[in-house]
Amino acid sequence: MPVFNQSRSRIIRLIFLLSFIVIIAQLFYLQVISGKYSKLAMDNAVFPKIIWPERGIIYDRKGKAILNNAIMFDLMVTPAEVKNFDTLSFCRLMEIDTAEFNKRIRDAVFRNKSVRPSVFQALLTPQMQARFEENNWRFPGFALVERPVRVYPYNVAAHLLGYINEVDTRDIERSGNFYRQGDYTGKSGLEAVYERVLMGQRGVQYLIKDNHNRLVGQYENGIFDTAAIAGRGLRTYLDVDLQQLAEKLMTNKVGAVVALDPKTGGILAMASGPTFDPNELTGPEKNRNYSRLVLDVAGPLLNRAIKGQYPPGSTFKPLGALVALDEGVITPSYGFPCPGRYTLCGHGKPACTHAGGGHAANLRLSIANSCNSYYAHVYRLAVDNPKYHNAKVGYTHWKEYMNAFGLGIRLGIDLPSEDKGNIPDTSVYNKEYNGSWGSCTNLTLGIGQDKMTATPLQLANAMCIIANKGYYYTPHFVKSIDDETEEDTVLLNRYRVKHEVLTHIPDTAYRSVINGMHDVVVMGTARIAQIPGIDVCAKTGTAENYTILDGQRIKLPNNSMFVCFAPKDDPKIAIAVAVQNAGFGATWGGPIARILLEKYLNDTLQAKSVADLERIANANLMPAYLKRLQFKTDSTRARDWFKKTSDSSYIKIYLGLANTTGSPAKERSSKRPQKDRDAQLWLAILPDNRSLYKHQQALITT
Amino acid sequence: MSQQNPAISKGIDWSLVWIYLLLAAIGIMAIFGATYNDGDPVVQSFIGFKTDYSKQLYFFGFSLLLGFFILLTDSKFFPATANLWYVAGLLLLLLVFPFHSNVKGTESIIRIGSSFQFQPAEFCKICVALALAKYLSRPETDFSKTRSQLIAAAITLLPAGLTILQSETGLALVFLAFFLVMYREGLPSIVLVIGFVVAALVVATLLIEKNTLAFILLGIGAFIALLLRRLIRRNKGILFRIVIVVVVCVAFVWMIVPFMFKNVLARHQVERIYSTIGRDVPGEYIRDTVQTPGKPRSNTADYNVKQSKIAIGSGGVLGKGLLKGTQTRYGFVPEQRTDFIFDTIGEGFGFAGSFVLLSIYIILLFRIIAVAERQRSVFSRCYAYGVAAVFFFHIGINVAMTVGLAPVIGIPLPFISYGGTSLLTFTILLFILIRLDADRQMILR
Repeated sequence: MPVFNQSRSRIIRLIFLLSFIVIIAQLFYLQVISGKYSKLAMDNAVFPKIIWPERGIIYDRKGKAILNNAIMFDLMVTPAEVKNFDTLSFCRLMEIDTAEFNKRIRDAVFRNKSVRPSVFQALLTPQMQARFEENNWRFPGFALVERPVRVYPYNVAAHLLGYINEVDTRDIERSGNFYRQGDYTGKSGLEAVYERVLMGQRGVQYLIKDNHNRLVGQYENGIFDTAAIAGRGLRTYLDVDLQQLAEKLMTNKVGAVVALDPKTGGILAMASGPTFDPNELTGPEKNRNYSRLVLDVAGPLLNRAIKGQYPPGSTFKPLGALVALDEGVITPSYGFPCPGRYTLCGHGKPACTHAGGGHAANLRLSIANSCNSYYAHVYRLAVDNPKYHNAKVGYTHWKEYMNAFGLGIRLGIDLPSEDKGNIPDTSVYNKEYNGSWGSCTNLTLGIGQDKMTATPLQLANAMCIIANKGYYYTPHFVKSIDDETEEDTVLLNRYRVKHEVLTHIPDTAYRSVINGMHDVVVMGTARIAQIPGIDVCAKTGTAENYTILDGQRIKLPNNSMFVCFAPKDDPKIAIAVAVQNAGFGATWGGPIARILLEKYLNDTLQAKSVADLERIANANLMPAYLKRLQFKTDSTRARDWFKKTSDSSYIKIYLGLANTTGSPAKERSSKRPQKDRDAQLWLAILPDNRSLYKHQQALITT
Repeated sequence: MSQQNPAISKGIDWSLVWIYLLLAAIGIMAIFGATYNDGDPVVQSFIGFKTDYSKQLYFFGFSLLLGFFILLTDSKFFPATANLWYVAGLLLLLLVFPFHSNVKGTESIIRIGSSFQFQPAEFCKICVALALAKYLSRPETDFSKTRSQLIAAAITLLPAGLTILQSETGLALVFLAFFLVMYREGLPSIVLVIGFVVAALVVATLLIEKNTLAFILLGIGAFIALLLRRLIRRNKGILFRIVIVVVVCVAFVWMIVPFMFKNVLARHQVERIYSTIGRDVPGEYIRDTVQTPGKPRSNTADYNVKQSKIAIGSGGVLGKGLLKGTQTRYGFVPEQRTDFIFDTIGEGFGFAGSFVLLSIYIILLFRIIAVAERQRSVFSRCYAYGVAAVFFFHIGINVAMTVGLAPVIGIPLPFISYGGTSLLTFTILLFILIRLDADRQMILR
């Protein structure tokens, strides 16, 4: 049979070949030219799991861990595996109701789909964890997952150590996307300042996930994984025993204590009252505790050692003396006849505790007796120094001295948001007095009043300068960092620089001031600070202060100020104490400082101090006006809340009306006429109205 | 395997047998690569008949046995029984209607017992190949006559129609491959040309807005008329023909394609076609009542094609290695052991592996055509072309689908995709050819 159409065989082959060439061209495009598919496949199947490193540990000077890590547990749920489930008993166990249970399950499905585990409850309390572990066989789909948290084993130094929290979008942005959602970062204190050191290095584990986003194993047996590197430890100067003691002494007091090592600038203890247990800001109750602390008007979150601005009062006098001595306007033998008040400016102020008797016959005596007139005059002498021709120029020089003493400037401690206190500039007085003012105008600067304020840290640092006869190291906590890197050295170097700011003041001047301060303890105002066998140098202060409440300037009880250092010849510790509205410097500040000195220098307390410790720790010196302030703040908030939501429950809570039936508060209030209760409610809503406040007082008293 | 029968073994085309064995081995390896669970004991799993690769291994053994029996059969048996095969195939196709099992929405599978299932549409390809060869090789058939051409087309399209009724459009399209056989035997070229033009117009309609397309067609018509203006001056009929063609084309684009998309094709088919060109289905073709207007529905076909392209694309030049492909190992690629088995090769062995596999296929196809052309009997030649056309259609469409060049049509990759019926069908197709070729000096009717 003849074969027709043989040529068509070639056409068919051509069709075959062309089709295959097209397919191969597409394959070449997909596999060789276009590079995007490998990445797409990686995104599909590989899940980079972040391994969070352990944060660094913070040690005190004796190597005790004061900030450590512990393991807590998150309860995870895989909704798809929750089957044959006794919801009721589970809810009873977790102390939630079924509605809440369903909501959380729905949330989990929404967040992560039902086949992947999501957090059901973060950070179980130990009790809940124990209860769950006993019963977990009954609850399929639930599992505990470890989660490291920070613990503060000594329950102290909340302000210093700070706390960590999950990063927010702002942190992420600021870090240039270094942080990722879910990272924790130091939010305050050393945790924030030394974040780079403490955080360690994140590890990554590459895991394979399938098309349902379930993790099914390691990618390439983990050859691309990076191990997490734990954060490095911080070795601090803190003495945790001293710190505990200081915080105990500051219970129920508003104020601060700072203890420095003058030779290194290391901070031995820093307590601010009122304070809180740092463990409150870790663990399951974190958020609730934080809100409570934030809303407290006494400001437990405020570190008054670096943020509290106190008029130094008489504790400033040694500095005034040194300035005058260095300026050559007085000599150590300079005496001032004080008749009980300072008369040379015409208005007879300031008054002086002593009158006559040569209590200010020379510098030493003037310090020991804390003569106001003497120091007001010394201040004037320094400012009106004839070599400056002009009081304003003199004042500028005086201010420079102050800044050299560390007043009115930030010292640069390794804590965030340090305040610089206040040494006013000439411009402030120019503005206030229209340019015409002189040394008489701000006379009380000489006795640490007027507009002068300083933080307790600055006062302690000023003591260091006197004790060191002219130099200081910037106060700081961290002595060294484990496995110190070059970057760390750069960070720490600024704390290793000796600031020889006032070494030009002659030793004789320092010696006479130090002798004067020693006399304060031996025979002057601070006899309460005597410690047998140790030469303590100190200065008391009793500073006036005011607050504005309900639109009125109210004079509050004096602040009790106290500064000291010891031993006199080889200073090992310098302390500044400020107790707000407590009275005389010697009454509260003195014993507090003495107890700390004893503890640090002798490591034991004498019997007198043990008794004092208990007395002071139990004394409640919280200023009375805080209650009123708290009420006002709370009710203002309640009003705002009421305005926004028309929900009066907060108002009722503040008035004790929301208690359950049968509670005394309820009964008491229900006995009152309805009209009065309404008035009370109304008052709570409008707290700023003072006439209504009086009306309310009247209601309460009747 | 045919050592006992030296007469037959002498005529056997061993190259086809070796290619067959090679492809089947690649297939088992690919299925292993796609479905092996880490940690399973490999040897036991292969023996156990529980895993897919193990089953495929047994299917392969059974296929080899069957192939051996085919080689032992008298070559005259096939032309003699070709029509019987055809009738049996049609009966099986019809049997599906009362006995079908509703697996995965397909109504084309007969289930026997719990584990054995059978897809007559697959099997029917053999029947059509044989019956068409038989018809074309009849001495009384004059294929240049339109009547014969229509009968041949009917032989091919009857099972295709039945398959469409079973909602297996993909398998039905395979029967179109037999037009290549008819083309080889003298079907006018214009039929193929019209086929290509229709395909091109459909694709163009999808890509280009239809009014624009109509203008383009008019332009092309005008351009051709301009080129042929001398011929037209002599013969006005040419101009008339050009006008007719353009009008028909425009009508096709304007009316028939939208009509097909709106009323004939199922929703998933429309989606698959649009996902191939990487577009959302336009609102006018969406018949879903739940669908909110203006919002394109999420396209699952799109997902499949995307994941398949990612799998193949991520293989790169040399591939990730067997069992290392994350796309195929962790369920991102759908139907990866059957229709999308090529992804396992593409991801695991990269461009190099894909190229080698396609080369083996093209060698197979060219070898079959070479075999076809050396036949003395028309029956054997037609049958060989039938086999080549079926293989070509399967390979081309399947691979083109995985790389995103063709719409997703569920047809297997010969010898490689998982599935007993398809492996058996392709084996029978190939071994009948080998058997016929062994007797290529004989005239078979």
